[in-house]
Formats: sequence, C-alpha cells, structure tokens
Amino acid sequence: MNRLTLLALQILVAVVFLLIWHVFTVYPLLGDTKTIQFFFSTPLQVLGRTWTQLTGGDIYFHLGITLTETVLAFVIGSAAGIFFGFTFARRQLMAAVFDPYIKAANALPRVVLAPIFALWFGLGIWSKVALGFTLVFFIVFFNVYQGVREVSPTVLANARMLGMNERQLFRHVYWPSALTWMFSSLHTSVGFALVGAVVGEYLGSSAGLGYKIHEAESVFDVTGVFSGMLILALFVIVIDSLVTFVEKRLLVWRPGQSATTTT
Amino acid sequence: MELQDRLHAGAGPAGVPGADTAPAVNLSGIDITFQLAGGHRYKAVTGIDLTVSAGEFVSVVGPTGCGKSTLLNAAAGLLTPSAGKVGIFGKPLSGLNVRAGYLFQQDALMPWKTALQNVAVALEPMGVPAAEADARARDWLGRVGLRAFVDRYPHMLSGGQRKRVSLAQMLIRNPEILLMDEPFGPLDAQTRQIMGNLLLDLWSKDRKALIFVTHDLEEAIALSDRVVVMSAGPAAGIVADYRVTLPRPRDIAEIRLEKAFHEIHRDIWSSLRVEVQKAYAMGEGKELVQGDAP
Repeated sequence: MNRLTLLALQILVAVVFLLIWHVFTVYPLLGDTKTIQFFFSTPLQVLGRTWTQLTGGDIYFHLGITLTETVLAFVIGSAAGIFFGFTFARRQLMAAVFDPYIKAANALPRVVLAPIFALWFGLGIWSKVALGFTLVFFIVFFNVYQGVREVSPTVLANARMLGMNERQLFRHVYWPSALTWMFSSLHTSVGFALVGAVVGEYLGSSAGLGYKIHEAESVFDVTGVFSGMLILALFVIVIDSLVTFVEKRLLVWRPGQSATTTT
Repeated sequence: MELQDRLHAGAGPAGVPGADTAPAVNLSGIDITFQLAGGHRYKAVTGIDLTVSAGEFVSVVGPTGCGKSTLLNAAAGLLTPSAGKVGIFGKPLSGLNVRAGYLFQQDALMPWKTALQNVAVALEPMGVPAAEADARARDWLGRVGLRAFVDRYPHMLSGGQRKRVSLAQMLIRNPEILLMDEPFGPLDAQTRQIMGNLLLDLWSKDRKALIFVTHDLEEAIALSDRVVVMSAGPAAGIVADYRVTLPRPRDIAEIRLEKAFHEIHRDIWSSLRVEVQKAYAMGEGKELVQGDAP
C-alpha cells in the first residue's frame, strides 16, 4: 500500500469519527440535543474552544508549567536511575540486598503517593516533579542495570585485552551500552514523566494542563475537558517527535536505524 | 562472573625487551578444570607443555571441544590454569597478558563506535594523544584495506570487514605476542583465504610470536611454521607437534596444490583423524559437538 492511500485512510477514520460525533450531538436523533451536548459537547465546539485557547495567551503559561515539570522529572529521574543502575549492576551484593524493596516500590501504584507528595512538597511544581520522578526512575534504573549486565562478554574481554582500565571500560563499554538501553526506553520514560506531571496537577495544583482540565471538569464544562485533552494530545505528539529525533541522532550506530548495504 | 573476577587479579608483568632468549610463550604442565553447575567438575585440558618462540607462527588444531580456546585464554591471562605455569618471555604471567593481542572468534568490536573509533581507542590505554591515535588508526585501516570504510559502524560492515577492523585494532598496539581464536571461523571460504593471505602479509613484516587456534587443518598448515595437534577432550593433551617447512612467502590458496603440502597434510591428518573419531564417538551420547564443522 502506498503512503498516500494510507494517509487517506487514516484521515478517513478521523472524519468518520468526528462525523458520527457531530451527527449524534447536533441532530435530535437520541433525544434532546441540549442534554446530549451537556454530556458530550460537539466536535465543532471543541475545535473552536481549542482554537481560542491556542490563539489566546493563557494556555501557554499552563503548557509551560507542565513542560517544566515533565523535563525536571525526566532529568532528575534519569540521573538517579543511571546512577543507581550503574551502582547496583557493579555491586551484586547491594543489588541482591535491595532487590525485594525495589520490586515492592516499583509495584506500588504511584498515584497513591500524590497526596503525600502534595503534603511534603506543597501544591507547586515540585510535588508533580516528585510524582514523575517515581515513574521515570524505575524505567531508567531497570534499563541501565540491564544494559550494564548485558554487555557482550567478548566485547568486554576484548576491551580488557586492549589494556583498558576500569575508567576506560566505563567510558567506552559500560556507559554506551547502558545508554543504549536507556535510549530505547526514552519514549516510555518521557511519556511517564508527562503522566506524572498531569496526574499531579489534576489531583491538586494551581497551574498546568492537568489543572486546566480539572478546572473545566469541576464546572461541568465538557467542552473545556475535551479541548484540554486535545491540547494535551497535541503536546504529547510534539514531545514524542522530538524524542524520536533525538533517538535517531544518538542511536545511529544501531542496525535498522540507518539501513546501509553490506558487502 | 568468574572470568571478570580473574581479570581483576593483577597487572601483567613489566615489559623486558632485553629478554629475547626466553620463549615468547611457555606453557608447562597446564591443567584447566572448570567448575560446572551442580558441583560437577570438567577437566578441559591436562598436562599441556607448549613453547612458542619469538617470531614463530604456531597453529593449534584438534577436534571440536578439545580445549584449544581454553588453552589460548590461559596464555592471554583471561583464565588462570588450575595447575602449571604460564611464562611470557621468561616471566610468570599474573593477571592479563599485557604483551599479547587477542583476536576473537566472535564479534568483539564496540558496536557504538565507528571502525576508526574502534581502532583509535586501542591506543588510548597507551596514552597516545587523540589526534595521533586517529591518524595512526586511519593508517592501519588502510593497511587492512578499509580506507573507504573508516566511518562505518560495525553493523554496516560485512563479517570479513569486521575481522579486518579487529585485526587493525589488535595490531595497532604492536603487541609482542598474537593470540587468535579461530578468527576466520565465521567467514565464508573465499573470505577466509583472503584474510589468511592478509594475515600472512602483515605478520611477515615483523614476525611476532603467533598462536593460531583453528579446526581447519589446511588453514593451519598453509599459515604456520608448526602445527600442534590436541587430543579429544575431556582432559585433552598435546598428541603431536609437526614442523611445516614450506617456504615463505606463501599464497595460501596456491600452496594447497603443492605436493609437499599434501605430504604434511597426510602426516598430520593421520594423528588428527584418530582424535576426531574419538571425539565423535564420545559425542554420540553427550553434548560435545558445539556446531564446529570437522
């Protein structure tokens, strides 16, 4: 199937979906349109509201807050994950001792921590960063741990035969291997950083995209909720394509990332 | 991992360039026993005595699973023998053999580095400045015929090209002893011949001591000064030691056609065949054949 047909079909799905939504909310097929619109809004209203929001100024302030929280959660979570991943992978006793606690902490649904973080860090950005951190940390931690453990024994033996000391092994073998694993989970960890931020905002804050959605919801403004969700989705797509771009640059050496014929 | 712990065991002996009289590698009374899962012990090799002089090209052949590679790892210091002594230029080896370069059978290049980076990084432990390492790596990649491929990552290279990079990576450090563990095993027949000639060409320039492990007897004869035959494992030992007097320089594709080659081949095969048959007879009931062709 060529690209154009595929694109046409993809657009068709959206059009059909919006059309059904439009027909059932604007025409009185299932009862009073006022009631139906109260629950489901209409696609035109949602698009209109989204347009006003995006052309007005105040949504960018909220997006900025959410973005800040996401970036902070990602950076701090990744740094901690890398550090502990490395430490544990190189110190087997430590890894064995902490193993059940790490598994238990990772099994905990992070949402239950949100009220505690709000209590500890206040309603500002840091409680959301903390929530995102708990999500990002474990993804990066497990991947880095795996990356260090899964270094090919041949590559390692070869590097040692080349005379590398511990520091050089770290730089040329362990570190790149761990980063590979981390980058391969970049989409997941960035996504979770955002989830942490939005959920945190939703549960208690005074700014951010989660706050906007919550605010609309509390006055039964369904149009506002859908519009907030749409903006969130657009935001995620932008961030995700940025991550894809970064990933392509960093993992250029991997098979499949750039197909070149071999002789 | 046991291997890793051993690697930490200590630094190698200091280089003594003057000790030319001592053999490059001297294995005496080597026993190597592995501790298997479930408390079993597997004696891979026993009572190995092998001396390789400076400038000598020695091949080790033997049936699959006879411990050829194990022996090579002992000479490299990648594993410590359970008994016996490893002498390197007259000095007992402790820890990694820093005077040796090792060419592995499997891919050993760092996949996240280009060919050039892979070769240049070999000079970093020697304290060579980056710019100089870069220039020398370019030169070496040219010598192994990869001038046009310096910026390729390993996955963009063919198996033979990756071996060439590995060869350059090993040789750029100018090690006094070369250890090769079935380096051309994964390659196809034509590439093996080309690589064999390239190896002979590079080796003949400064004639390092070289131990070449292979299961291919023809390759062993075509390349070496001496062919050492190992018996079937477990508890493998050296059963025969032949001198190959074919004149150098050799072309390993053409030398196979000569009469003298056939005579040597017949001699060595007479002792190797017994061991290969033994190995296969034992292999009927056990896991011994590891995918190597006879």
